[in-house]
Amino acid sequence: MNRRRQMLKVVRRTLLQAVPTVLAILILNFALLKLAPGDAADVMAAESGAATEETMAMLRRQFGLDLPVLHQFLAYVGQIASFSLGFSPRYNLPVADLIGQRLPVTLLLMVSALTIALVIGIALGTAMALNVSRWPDRILSVVSLVFYSVPGFWIGLMLIVMFSVKFGWLPSGGSESIGAGLTGVDAVIDRLRHLILPASSLALFFIAIYARLMRAAILEVTAQDFVRTARAKGISEASVVLRHILRNALLPVTTLAGMHLGGILGGAVVVETVFSWPGLGRLAFESVLRRDFNVLLGVLLLSSLLVIIANMIVDLVQAWLDPRIELR
Amino acid sequence: MASPLLDVRGLSVRFPTGSPVIDFGFHIEQGETVAVVGESGSGKSLTALAIMGLLPRRAAATGTIAFRGVDLLALPEKERRAIRGRQVAMVFQEPMTSLNPVMTVGRQIGEVLRRHEGLSSAAARARAIELLDLVRVADPHLRVDDYPHRLSGGMRQRVVIAIAVACRPSLLVADEPTTALDVTIQAQILDLLDRLRRDLAMALILITHDLGIVGQWADRVVVMYAGRKAEEASPHELLAHPVHPYTRGLLAASPRLSAGANYRQGPLEEIPGTIASAAGEPGCPFVPRCDLVQPSCRVAPPPLVELGGGRLVACPIAAVPEAVHAS
Repeated sequence: MNRRRQMLKVVRRTLLQAVPTVLAILILNFALLKLAPGDAADVMAAESGAATEETMAMLRRQFGLDLPVLHQFLAYVGQIASFSLGFSPRYNLPVADLIGQRLPVTLLLMVSALTIALVIGIALGTAMALNVSRWPDRILSVVSLVFYSVPGFWIGLMLIVMFSVKFGWLPSGGSESIGAGLTGVDAVIDRLRHLILPASSLALFFIAIYARLMRAAILEVTAQDFVRTARAKGISEASVVLRHILRNALLPVTTLAGMHLGGILGGAVVVETVFSWPGLGRLAFESVLRRDFNVLLGVLLLSSLLVIIANMIVDLVQAWLDPRIELR
Repeated sequence: MASPLLDVRGLSVRFPTGSPVIDFGFHIEQGETVAVVGESGSGKSLTALAIMGLLPRRAAATGTIAFRGVDLLALPEKERRAIRGRQVAMVFQEPMTSLNPVMTVGRQIGEVLRRHEGLSSAAARARAIELLDLVRVADPHLRVDDYPHRLSGGMRQRVVIAIAVACRPSLLVADEPTTALDVTIQAQILDLLDRLRRDLAMALILITHDLGIVGQWADRVVVMYAGRKAEEASPHELLAHPVHPYTRGLLAASPRLSAGANYRQGPLEEIPGTIASAAGEPGCPFVPRCDLVQPSCRVAPPPLVELGGGRLVACPIAAVPEAVHAS
């Protein structure tokens, strides 16, 4: 009960502290984007191939790009303050709608990739640590080194070559079969089939990190005195590992996974591009190329909120795993 | 004569790099306290771990460790686990790190009860509270839900003892149970162990490097040096008439009760050299530090000589009566 009240307090405090952080992020993002050469009007003009000075000036006036930077910024902050992310001239849609379309699929991809990575990484790391310096450990060490060092886009392409082109088992891109009109269980299965390849290629790198970290953490915990105390109780080796070693070894992995939950969007850009996954990462990437700053700012703002929330979740999970961490 | 509760014979512990315990043996009767004394590196703790069956994987133990007539070293791991924590239990040296930091005290005590006595978690918790009371932890019904980091070192050692005696073992191995604690707590913990030994009719193996606690608590003392038995005697005999040059050196190096005299008479005596200095030599391991070396000492380790009254000494000077009483 007391614990729950403390948790609520942490949530409230995190949200309050998020306000100045988000403001700082807004200023930084805005300034950085303004430093980049070119604007939406330039890109549109280049694309149309024949734009006059007058059309460009008109476009700029229409988008508000002709105003001084400070005015643009204040207008933007005013927008945010009224909970509007602005309008994308490119897509001719409000930014909130655009992001609303893209966010669920990206979250799906990120969460499934991290879940796969955690489950497999922890299992592999445990297997390695329990067989330390015997052949399963050596083989898995090499495998995880390969996962760690091979770039995600290459893995993605190879997975497509193997499972989509050679065997024809899984779709090579998209997040659902377009125009198939599936409903119910079929629709879920269809989505899962589309999810497997991108989620695995995004997960492989993280599998490698978690496996190696878990291996090291287990080896460290195993050498500690309380594990010997546990063994002296005559309980089975499985109980020693599950009840005494794993829970202690999970602490460093949760810290890192929390940081990744915030940062995985960067990795998602590449994977979403390779698998033509209609997510936020690709939206951000395209917005950079098109200088569609409203969309880009919206995506950046959202991902910074994601990082803040992920950090809060890590704090709560850690306090739950480790009673020595006091929630204040 | 009935066989002793625990009879260790010819115990050797071998690592790939060397053998820290060589041909060691002792026995302990029901309800008895035997102190095993020696400096760091003498093989005391490894002997304890060998009795528990908790040696590191790289180590190999040979010889026999007969508990109630059954050789523990010959038992399969599954049967050893059934004995471990139930009939033979252990208290460790470092109370600060001997408890799992993410598990409540009550669950850590309850775990051993659930394993060996098949208690439900509610029954195990109730027994844990009783046990905390037994080891004199104040407010046991509150402490039972505490995590170890909330307890002091002395409290934690009491919890470790509660875990060890939870299933009323007939043999308790205490490996330097008070080394990490301050002096007032030391006496309390030793008192507690002694009281539990009487109340639960346990035998107690008290491993220590502190000769000061031997006289008060032990029925018999085994002095270990470099993995072998140097001397075995009753504490009174040992403290009054030490025979083995190593035991004499240890006693000369101990502060006396009249603490002031220690400083007036100059620094304490020390045994020159280190325990590692004779590693790999064929003879007695104490030769490099001994001032009474005989030619035979360099050839082979001297055999144990029986002096009567259960007294054993592994030194040729034990055969010379004048030498025995010279000190």
